[in-house]
Amino acid sequence: MSTTVTSPDDELQADFDALIEAEQRIEPRDWMPEAYRKTLIRQISQHAHSEIIGMQPEANWITRAPSLKRKAILMAKVQDEAGHGLYLYSAAQTLGIARDTMTEQLIEGRARYSSIFNYPTPTWADMGAIGWLVDGAAICNQVPLCRASYGPYGRAMVRICKEESFHQRQGFEILLELANGTPEQKQMAQDAVNRWYWPSLQMFGPPDDESPNSAQSMAWKIKRFSNDELRQRFVGMLVPQFEALGLECPDKDLRWNEETEQWDMGEIDWDEFFDVLKGHGHCNAQRLQHRRQAHEDGAWVREAAAEYARKQSAQLKAVA
Amino acid sequence: MATAGATGDEQWPMWEVFVRASRGLSHVHAGSLHAPDETMALRNARDLYTRRGEGVSIWVVPASEITTSDPGSKEAFFESPAGKNYRHATYYEKSQGVPHL
Amino acid sequence: MSAETEPSVTVTDVELDAELTSTGLVASADEAEYALRIGDDSLILAQQLGWWISRAPELEEDLALGNIALDLLGHARNLLHFAGTALGKTEDELAYFRDEHEFRSAWLFEQPNGDFGHTIARGLLTSAFQFELYTQLAESSSPGLAGIAAKSVKEVAYHRDHAVQWTLRLAGGTDESRSRIERALINTWPYLDELFRDDELHERFDAAPRPSALREPVMNVLRQVLAEAELDEPKTSESSGDGRHGHHSTYLGPILAEMQVLARRHPDASW
Repeated sequence: MSTTVTSPDDELQADFDALIEAEQRIEPRDWMPEAYRKTLIRQISQHAHSEIIGMQPEANWITRAPSLKRKAILMAKVQDEAGHGLYLYSAAQTLGIARDTMTEQLIEGRARYSSIFNYPTPTWADMGAIGWLVDGAAICNQVPLCRASYGPYGRAMVRICKEESFHQRQGFEILLELANGTPEQKQMAQDAVNRWYWPSLQMFGPPDDESPNSAQSMAWKIKRFSNDELRQRFVGMLVPQFEALGLECPDKDLRWNEETEQWDMGEIDWDEFFDVLKGHGHCNAQRLQHRRQAHEDGAWVREAAAEYARKQSAQLKAVA
Repeated sequence: MATAGATGDEQWPMWEVFVRASRGLSHVHAGSLHAPDETMALRNARDLYTRRGEGVSIWVVPASEITTSDPGSKEAFFESPAGKNYRHATYYEKSQGVPHL
Repeated sequence: MSAETEPSVTVTDVELDAELTSTGLVASADEAEYALRIGDDSLILAQQLGWWISRAPELEEDLALGNIALDLLGHARNLLHFAGTALGKTEDELAYFRDEHEFRSAWLFEQPNGDFGHTIARGLLTSAFQFELYTQLAESSSPGLAGIAAKSVKEVAYHRDHAVQWTLRLAGGTDESRSRIERALINTWPYLDELFRDDELHERFDAAPRPSALREPVMNVLRQVLAEAELDEPKTSESSGDGRHGHHSTYLGPILAEMQVLARRHPDASW
């Protein structure tokens, strides 16, 4: 910035830039560029919606979990996801958007959430594959977000990452039991992994050269690593885990490239990704309907509690 | 000025939650939630923020009832301690090395 | 990248409590019969409450109902595990491989979730009952049952509080919520009586409180709540349901069919 006239906004911008540069956190009442605020609201609310919608594919199996221990674990996990949605909605709310508004945007189909949750969960093995692959990819994405430049987002992510440390492990253990179980169980595990492997790689987002918003998010230190960098790390972690499970990786072209020191992967079907994103996934309509139904069925309850609170405080005032 | 996030027009207002992790420690801000009234806010806080035994005591405060300093005037608020090094023990160099000081 | 690479996110080494409290004790036949009764109550209720997770009126309530379901499931596992020591069966064999007539749950616990009002009304009645039951059972001469009851009663106290708080809010909220909770109480009330009937087990097994002895304390609590909520006590006739001897409401069959379907499709599998 070589301009000699400094307007108050320029000064504020300079303060903001200096904080980002110095690895300091931006806090709710600080001045921030409007685009930064908008980007964060979009990203955090999408993240929150994903947690909430993401409850459904697993909640689907709570009533049918094949052992009481698994039932308890699954219930606790899906419940955690509601909690994580709440933490994130709170973080977004500090940027000036009410949770009621975000909920409306979601149930009216105007908000995005991670398209991975538009895939169905036809078998119990999907509980394992989701925990291992989907939560695994999510953790990979989320751990660097603990250092996101926006304070409330980073703090929410710390709490979420701590709590999620059990999510991936329980998924892995479900698959391990199945892989070492009856031939039918092992097949169930392999099928589920085949179905979730590619979508989980897509969770890191499009390749870097096709990811329009990434550069700005990196400059703002919201994002710390590029989509492709994170995808590389994730795949690298999975390789020995596939071996431990005794399951086959669906990517037959996957190999370590000594020269580039990168994993060479098979082609990811991005057409499918964008198709699901546009709403053509198996379960888009079902997921939204489930959320809308819960919200509408609960309206009379929320209203009753609000009305009761009004009456109580009116009574208190009357006494005083 | 209330905490960021207190919009004042939600069906269930927002509450800030403070949790004491164990005896001997202060209550520390854990996060926020929505609840129709203080009784439910406390219960929701218990269900949301102490699922893993994170606390022995909880405070809930309506977000709109918290008064915060204005970040715009942070210089006026927080400049004064600068230059008053004599408030810190390390300022007193001559006593360094003397036992029990 | 694992969580370990981020300094602020570490996996804390937590000292883990025992998952089941009754480990090491072997139940007598009567203890087992009794444990199955109250264990099945909790299991069936937990199974139904689990449905709410992702469907509650507000996210905070997803968490609350989830916690209650998890507590009840924990109680059920302890009780079934304890019963299993007499029967040579695991908690899962008892939960997944008994048929409907072998279950011992009371009809109140089998009543469907209905709307949120029905879930609250049912929760008020079950928790008021379980609270008195576990309070007395914690003093039992059976160390197995007393141990489980002592842990459970604290959690059930919270369930009861949750139900009471919501009963007050629904009754004192809007006209709609008031009529809904009234209807829910009328629909649930007939199933209270079954909980207070003594039978041959109680003639010979005195380590458990007599159901008839629970009637007064439970009804006292319920009447207090109704009075505070300014609700009338429902005037309904008692259901003759008899779940303790395997004669169940028509709701139990489908509940079990759903709960057991996967485990039974793979009878030799472990999970």
